Amino acid sequence: MTSYETVIGLEVHAQLSTRSKMFCGCPTTFGARPNTQTCPVCLGMPGVLPVVNRRAVEFGIRTALAFGCRVNDACRFARKHYYYPDMPKNYQISQYEEPLAEDGSLEIDVEGGARAIGIQRLHLEEDVGKLLHEGTLETAQASLVDFNRSGVPLMETVSRPELSSPEEAAAYLRAFRAVLIFLGVCDGNMEEGSLRCDANISLRLRGSGKLGTKVEIKNLNSFRNVQRALEFEERRQAQALDAGERLVQETRLWDADRGYTRSMRSKEFAHDYRYFPEPDLVPLQIDRRWVAEIRAKLPELPRAWRQRAVAQYGLPPYDAEVLTQSRALVDYYEAALREWWPASGASGERPKVLSNWIMSELLRVLPGDDEGAIRSSPIPPGHLVGLLRLIENATISGKIAKDVFQKMFVSGQDARTIVERDGLTQVADEGALVQVIDSVMAANPKAIEDFRRGKKEAKGALVGQVMKATRGKANPALVNRLLEDKLSQT
Amino acid sequence: MHQPIHELTDAFRRGDLTPTAVAEDYLARIGALDGKVGAYLTVVREQALAAARESELRWRAGAPRGPLDGAPVALKDVLCTAGVRTTCGSKMLERFVPPYDATTVERLRAAGAVILGKTNMDEFAMGSSTEHSAFHPTRNPWDLARVPGGSSGGSAAAVAAGLAAGAYGSDTGGSIRQPAAFCGVVGLKPTYGRVSRYGLVALASSLDQIGPFAQDVTDTALLLGAVAGHDRRDATSIQAPVPDYAAELSKGVAGLTLGLPDEYFIDGMDPDVERAVRQAIEVLKGLGARIERVSLPTTQHSLAAYYVILPAEASSNLARYDGVRYGLRVAGRDFIEMQSRTRAAGFGAEVKRRIMLGTYALSAGYYEAYYGKAQSVRTLVRREFAAAFARVDLIVAPTTPNVAFKHGEKEDPLSMYLNDVFTIPGNLSGIPGVSVPCGFNSSGLPIGLQVLGRPLDEARVLRAAYAYEQATTWRSRRPDLS
Repeated sequence: MTSYETVIGLEVHAQLSTRSKMFCGCPTTFGARPNTQTCPVCLGMPGVLPVVNRRAVEFGIRTALAFGCRVNDACRFARKHYYYPDMPKNYQISQYEEPLAEDGSLEIDVEGGARAIGIQRLHLEEDVGKLLHEGTLETAQASLVDFNRSGVPLMETVSRPELSSPEEAAAYLRAFRAVLIFLGVCDGNMEEGSLRCDANISLRLRGSGKLGTKVEIKNLNSFRNVQRALEFEERRQAQALDAGERLVQETRLWDADRGYTRSMRSKEFAHDYRYFPEPDLVPLQIDRRWVAEIRAKLPELPRAWRQRAVAQYGLPPYDAEVLTQSRALVDYYEAALREWWPASGASGERPKVLSNWIMSELLRVLPGDDEGAIRSSPIPPGHLVGLLRLIENATISGKIAKDVFQKMFVSGQDARTIVERDGLTQVADEGALVQVIDSVMAANPKAIEDFRRGKKEAKGALVGQVMKATRGKANPALVNRLLEDKLSQT
Repeated sequence: MHQPIHELTDAFRRGDLTPTAVAEDYLARIGALDGKVGAYLTVVREQALAAARESELRWRAGAPRGPLDGAPVALKDVLCTAGVRTTCGSKMLERFVPPYDATTVERLRAAGAVILGKTNMDEFAMGSSTEHSAFHPTRNPWDLARVPGGSSGGSAAAVAAGLAAGAYGSDTGGSIRQPAAFCGVVGLKPTYGRVSRYGLVALASSLDQIGPFAQDVTDTALLLGAVAGHDRRDATSIQAPVPDYAAELSKGVAGLTLGLPDEYFIDGMDPDVERAVRQAIEVLKGLGARIERVSLPTTQHSLAAYYVILPAEASSNLARYDGVRYGLRVAGRDFIEMQSRTRAAGFGAEVKRRIMLGTYALSAGYYEAYYGKAQSVRTLVRREFAAAFARVDLIVAPTTPNVAFKHGEKEDPLSMYLNDVFTIPGNLSGIPGVSVPCGFNSSGLPIGLQVLGRPLDEARVLRAAYAYEQATTWRSRRPDLS
C-alpha cells in the first residue's frame, strides 16, 4: 500500500441560506410540511419560467471571492437532463461551460503546515425534491415526493484533485464549511443536507505523473463518512491494484451502516446529461462594481481569525479551531473578550480562560454551535464575563462558579444577582475562617498527626473539611495559607 | 355583430351593442358552426358570460378598462388558464387544469376581454396543419376539406369563421403567420421577448412567441398592445416601453424602404401566391414606398437549423411529462415503466419524432455537430437580417409558398416542414412579422403577405400592413359557412 499515492478531489454542494428559492419566490425553510413550500415554478408545471435569485448570485460571488476565485464577467445556466421522479422538469438548471467563478484555493492545515488546495470552479444550480419510500427503496410499494426542497439554491464547488489522503479530504471539508459559515452563505448543517459531498479518488504509483482510474463516491453526508469512505476506497483500490486487477471508472455509493462502497454505475452506463444552454434565462452579466462591493464587505475568514487569535490573544491553535466552527461562536468570543480584556495591561490569561469556559461549559449546555443556538444563548457574552470577573476578584471560587453558571443558564440572570441572592460570596474574612479551621483541626487530630509524620496529602483532607463547613464559600487560597500557618505553629 | 373589435367597442360606447349580447351571439355561433370547423377544444360559456356582464357594467358606467373591454377572444390551448383545462392538443394533458394564468391571460382579464374558450392546435404546437391535434382536426372555414394551417389553426379558423372577434396563438416557426395566411386573417408574431412567455406551454423556448390573430390590422395593434411589455416572471422578456401601436397605424408607408428578398420567391411555389404578393408590393409602391431587392442567402439553411434547435429544446421541455405530478399517468410496475408507458400513450407520433430527433441532437459527441452548428446558422440569419435592415425599413415577402392544402395531403413530414420556409427565419432571428391577407387564388383560398421588421419595430410593421389593408378590399370577403 505504501507504494501508492492517493489523489482525491471533492465536489461540495452547499445549500445557500437565501430566504427564497433559486428560480422562484418560495421559502426555503427546512422541515416544513411536505409540499407546502411549492409553486408552479418549482413544481415544473407546464408553461413556467425560472427567474434568477439575485441574492443567491451574491452569495456565490461572496464565496468565490473568499476562495480567491476569478468571478467571470458573464456566466450562463444550462440544462442538465436525467429522469428522476424527484426532479420536476426532468432537467436541472445548473451551470456547465460558463460557471460563475473559477480558479481559487482553500488553505487547509495539515501535518507539518498549511496547504492550498486548488478550487477549479464554483457554480450555482437548483436542488431537487426528496423521495420518501414506503419501506426500503427495493421493496417499497409506493414512493412519495416532497418538493419543498425542489429549487432551493445550491452552490457546487469542485476542488482540484490535490488532496492526498482521507484526512486531508476531511480537513478540506471542515475548512470549507467554516468559510461558508463565516460568510453567512450556508448554515453548514450536514445532517439536514445543507452541505453534501461527493469525492473522486484514484491511486497511482508513487512518483507517477499520470492519474489513475478514478472512482466517484456519492452519499457522503458527514466529515466522518467522508474520511471512512475514502479510507475504505483507498484500501479497496490498493488491494485491487496489488492483485493486478484493472480498476474501472465508476460511481460508487457509500453505505455508512455497512461501512463499504458499492458500485452504482460504470462509465459505460454513465448518464448523458445532454447539457445545453438554458434558453429561458439570458446569460448573467456580472457587474464589476457589484463584485467590488461584495469584496469590500467580506468578513474576516476563519483561518485569518485563527492566526490572529493565536498571535494576538495567545490562544492555543486547538481552541481557535474549535471556536471557528461557527461564526456566531467567534462573535460571542470576541464580544466577551472586548468587555473583559481591554488591550492594555490586562492579564494574559484571560483569552484562554474565556475560551475554556466557552468550550467546556457553554458548548456543553447549548443545543448546538450554530447561529441560532449561540445567538439565543441564555448567557450572553456580558453575563459570562460578569461571572469570570467574580472568580478573578475572588468573590466566588471556580467550583461555585460552575454552579452559578448552571443557574445563569436556567434563569437567564447575571452572575452577581445569583451570587448575592444565594449568598455564595466567598468567605475571605480571616477571623471567621480561623474559627472554622480551629474547629476542623480539633475534630481531626488524626489528620494533623498524619501531616506531621510527613503525609502531606492530609492537608488536602483538612482543606476539604473547611470547604465543606463553609459550603464551598471559603476562599481556597486563603484556607490553604491559614491552615499552613496553623500546622507549622503547632 | 361579426365585426372587428374596434367597431364592437365603438358600438358599446354608443350603446348600440352590449358585451353580453355580443358574447351570447358568439357563443351561439360557436354552438351552431363549430361542429363544422372544429376550432375549439373547450368553450367556457358561463365564465364568458360572467366576464361580459361585468364588462357591460363598466361600459354602462362609462368606465371601460380599455379598447379590449368586452371583446370576445379565443386562446390557443397552449396558454395556461387558471381553473380551465389546458391540453396543448395532447392526450398527455387532456385533463390538466393549470393552477395559474399565463401572463397574457392575466393581462387580457385585466383589460376586460371576454375569453370564450380554448382553441385547437397541433399537439404541443408541433405541426403546420392542426391535423396533429390528439382530439380532432380543425377545418379551414374557406374550404372545409382543407387545413387551416398550424399549429395555431384553431385560433385562426375561429377568427376567420366569426367564432371569436380576435384570438391569440403562439408562433415558433410560423404557427401564427402561416394559419393567418391560410385562413385570410391578420396574424402577428411579435419580437422575441416582446410578450411574456410565462404560462405559454413551451415548445422551443428560444423561438416561441405569443401573438394575436385579428380581423384587421387595427385590432391586431390593440390585441398586441394589451399583452406586450416586460414581465418579471420571464427573464427573456424585454424591458422596453410599449408604444401605442394603434395610434401609429395611419402614418402610411410613403418614404419607407421595403426590402424584397430574392430567396423568398422560389421554384415550386404556388404561382397564384407569387402573383398576389407581387401585386401587393405594387400597391405598396403606389402608396409611396420604395422597393429594394435584398439578399438573405442563409434562408436556405434556416429550415435545417430550425429542425435541430426546435427538437432539441422541445425534447428538453417535454421531459417533464412523466406521469408523476400532473397529466396522464399509465400505471407500471415501477417508475421507469410507468414513465415510459405514460409517454408512449400520451404523445402522438409527431411529438415522439421530434423528441427523438432532439434527444439525438443534444447527445454527447453530437452536440457540436448539430446544436452547435445550428446555433451558428442562427447567428448568420440574425446578421443577415441586421445587414438588410441597415438598408431597408421593412422586408416584404410571401408568408407561405402555397395556399391551404387538403387534409391528409402532406403525409411526409418533410413536405409539411417546408410550409414554414418563409416564416422560420423570423423566429431564428427573433424579429417581428405579420401576415396580412393579400388576395385569393383561383379557387378562392386566401393568400398572405408577410411584413418583417427590425426587433421591437412592430409599430412600423403594423403601419405598412395597415396602409396595404386600407388600400385594398380583401377583408370584406368572408367565408360562407351556412
